[in-house]
Amino acid sequence: MYKFVNGIPIYLQIVKEIKGAMISGKLKGGDRLPSVREIAEQYQVNPNTVQRVFMELDKQGLTYSERGIGTFVKDEPGLLEVLKNEEAARVVGSFIVEMQKLGYSKKDMLSLLNSAWQKEGEQHD
Amino acid sequence: MIDIQGLSKSYQRKPALKNAVMKLEQGKIVGLLGPNGSGKTTLLRILVSELRADSGSVSIDGAKLSPALKAHISGLTTSDFMPEGMTIQEAANTYESFFKDFEMERFHQLLKEVSLSPDLKISSLSKGMKSQFALALTISRKAKLIVLDEPLDGVDPVAREDILRLIAAGFSPDSTLLVTSHLINELERLLDEVYFIQEGEIRYIGDVEAIRAEKQMSLDELYREVYRR
Repeated sequence: MYKFVNGIPIYLQIVKEIKGAMISGKLKGGDRLPSVREIAEQYQVNPNTVQRVFMELDKQGLTYSERGIGTFVKDEPGLLEVLKNEEAARVVGSFIVEMQKLGYSKKDMLSLLNSAWQKEGEQHD
Repeated sequence: MIDIQGLSKSYQRKPALKNAVMKLEQGKIVGLLGPNGSGKTTLLRILVSELRADSGSVSIDGAKLSPALKAHISGLTTSDFMPEGMTIQEAANTYESFFKDFEMERFHQLLKEVSLSPDLKISSLSKGMKSQFALALTISRKAKLIVLDEPLDGVDPVAREDILRLIAAGFSPDSTLLVTSHLINELERLLDEVYFIQEGEIRYIGDVEAIRAEKQMSLDELYREVYRR
């Protein structure tokens, strides 16, 4: 059973999952999303919650709906880049916050990143 | 809209339900959460007319609950419909003859969801399978109000997941679903709105997604906070 995080709206957690599938290429531009019912069953959630997921994806400009056919991922150049940048900004932002909690300055963080990169560099570059 | 106004019920002077007020909107899954013995089943048994309230009223779309309107409420409670000698299909046929709004096609779809064959004898079903069968019967009626009493109680975690999936798959936006449970964490993901109950007193808590967003808490945490002494 899919584990939701406490204290964050479920529809936002499913939106994040679907964005993740777009970033990883599991869902491509033009692909049809599963129906409300299918997603509700998959996550064992309320169909009304899934309705909200679809509204949110539409609001963020990631999908479009065709009446009676379904909801599709937008096939627009640059959309994937926007998603990736958004996710990267989130990861970097939380990295900085966590490091600051440990008392690292910007300079300390950069030098730590550099030395970590040198150790595992070959695989990552 | 199901409007519950001031329902009270006592057993031998001991109050089990005190002045319950609820408004249940069409198309919503509403949870009534609280520990065993807090009055949940008393409320549901009043709704399915197994018990009479001492006072208060229930109305459906503005009309007071009467024997005729009773047909708009679907629910299996303590008096389970389990004819042991029959197969699932035979039992469903019997059920269909009682309830005009029973949708056999939907029932079969739901059986498939949990891989139950209609040919199985009811006496051969495990406890979890019986719960799934009972649930599929209950939610296959096109009723205005469907009540489920502790659907997750006494079944193992795998069957629990199946039951949650059945509810998600079988819920129709034309009806209202009222579900009781003392297993707050497990049910949380299915609910639109929630009421808590303790010692016969029901209180409205609100929209579940809004609670998560505003309080950054799970329902279980909120329950503990509300009833902290």
